[in-house]
Amino acid sequence: MAEIKNYTMNFGPQHPAAHGVLRLVLELDGEVVERIDPHIGLLHRGTEKLAEHKTFLQSVPYMDRLDYVSMMCNEHAYVMAIEKLIGVDVPIRAQYIRVMFDEITRILNHLLWLGAHALDVGAMTVFLYCFREREDLMDCYEAVSGARLHSAYYRPGGVYRDLPDVMPQYEASKFRNQKEINRLNENRQGSLLDFIEHFTSHFPSKVDEYETLLTDNRIWKQRTVDIGVVTPERAVALGFTGPMLRGSGIAWDLRKKQPYDAYDLVDFDIPLGTNGDCYDRYLVRVEEMRQSNHIIKQCIGWLRKNPGPIITTNTKVAPPSREDMKVNMEDLIHHFKLFTEGMHVPAGEAYCAVEAPKGEFGIYLVSDGANKPYRLKIRAPGFAHLSAIDEMTRGHMIADLVAIIGTQDVVFGEIDR
Amino acid sequence: MNQVHQSLVERLKSNLEITEDAIRYEHGEVTLTLAALDLPASMTLLRDAPDLKFSQLMDVCGVDYRDYPSKNRCSSRFAVVYHLLSIDLNHRVRVRVFCDDDEQPAVSSVVDIWPSANWFEREAFDLFGIVFDGHPDLRRLLTDYGFVGHPLRKDFPLSGHVEVRYDPIEKRVVYQPVTIEPREIVPRVIREDSYGDV
Repeated sequence: MAEIKNYTMNFGPQHPAAHGVLRLVLELDGEVVERIDPHIGLLHRGTEKLAEHKTFLQSVPYMDRLDYVSMMCNEHAYVMAIEKLIGVDVPIRAQYIRVMFDEITRILNHLLWLGAHALDVGAMTVFLYCFREREDLMDCYEAVSGARLHSAYYRPGGVYRDLPDVMPQYEASKFRNQKEINRLNENRQGSLLDFIEHFTSHFPSKVDEYETLLTDNRIWKQRTVDIGVVTPERAVALGFTGPMLRGSGIAWDLRKKQPYDAYDLVDFDIPLGTNGDCYDRYLVRVEEMRQSNHIIKQCIGWLRKNPGPIITTNTKVAPPSREDMKVNMEDLIHHFKLFTEGMHVPAGEAYCAVEAPKGEFGIYLVSDGANKPYRLKIRAPGFAHLSAIDEMTRGHMIADLVAIIGTQDVVFGEIDR
Repeated sequence: MNQVHQSLVERLKSNLEITEDAIRYEHGEVTLTLAALDLPASMTLLRDAPDLKFSQLMDVCGVDYRDYPSKNRCSSRFAVVYHLLSIDLNHRVRVRVFCDDDEQPAVSSVVDIWPSANWFEREAFDLFGIVFDGHPDLRRLLTDYGFVGHPLRKDFPLSGHVEVRYDPIEKRVVYQPVTIEPREIVPRVIREDSYGDV
């Protein structure tokens, strides 16, 4: 009989469960994974190099395209790094708006993760349910920034503009009659805050729906319990952050431990796992969605009561108002200089990290005092997670590999940069 | 400097036996500059000392200081910057190591100390050409198979050196020198400190 040897197999880069452009070279013993060599970089766009050749403001939209399912969190880290070096204060209302949109982003990200993860493991319906709710949240993005995905809404010193008083509505067309449109526009009669509030009041019951589909589902548990177990010690050593770390039972959340913007003013809990397997990380993320919903509610309450400026008045960083530009020569010059030459960031270096939905998203910014960054390093959480996939998957079956890719929540925009 | 950072600086000084000018404090962040020779010993100490406990290596990145204006800060061109985080004690530190040789920059690998350094060091090798001695598997990570050069070095043009296109005669994808002109839309300017102040 012929001797059975290990063989290698390519997984991806064009594989539905590869979440984009992941290429894994698997060394298999039958169906058991012996070793994985991930080949990344197929989506490498050189964001860090491009940023060195753009003014500080021009790089904000690049941040959206890093982790393209948690857009505003990436922008948040970037603008915070600039703010730290310039030393500019952010108005409290802008801080609350950012916190609210960070949490909307977290829900957006976790919904996509949940849908894709469940789809990989074989549950189709969850995907459809998740995208139903994502639609509403993307409408919030659109209402506030004009773009559904790549919003470019945060600015150094605040946010681009205040929350709109009117929520955009659907219009009747030959595909949808007036009656149907009226039903769609029911929750869009008031302001953006009314719309988000309506969402937050219904969202917990939607999370319950996902949980009925999965949490006690026998197949789901068979596919995720005791799969990809990471001990707390290894999770720390491997540089895990976010739900991957908390799933292993380590209470670490930058929003609590090193709070930025208005996170120290809102109340929320950090869910923790115990076993560090895929199922625990699922439970952690689902609970995080509920906590995010809770934070959004608090932000809505505060934002309703406290109107005010949403961007700094320092005209070296943020443009002056349109009215001022018409009557004040100084402001006109500031506007012109800001959008032609860009802002100058004092020489120095800063590392700013936010608790992005996937973990610690950090920006290390080195400035030499010019109008462009000297060096911009993006610390992507998924990069550290994916580098540990070999260790997490050894000894598992190929089918479990798919579950582990799902639980890592890899997005190639941020890993390849 | 607030109390937390003050005590961190004291602890760093007593543990690592370093001089005052190796520690900088800016924007609420502590930066340590270490010599490439002591790196493995100092990093192990940073991880294991009970009053430091930097259990997580958050980030490793290369920096090319070739065009940095205040050149007097160090004569070396390349530096490796490590960002460490202590989960138990909730503090961070940045460690910078300058590579002694500008032509063949090299520092010791810290993969043995923090396994998370593996890919970060591969990335720095790929993008800057910094060699990490003792790294188990120092291959390119982000750039294309067969890529030549280190793209984040300051002497590497933004457009790169080669472009790729389909050749209908040879019926395959070919590489050729870039045909686009380099252009700069907004020039890079550094203004003096008093610029724009009335």
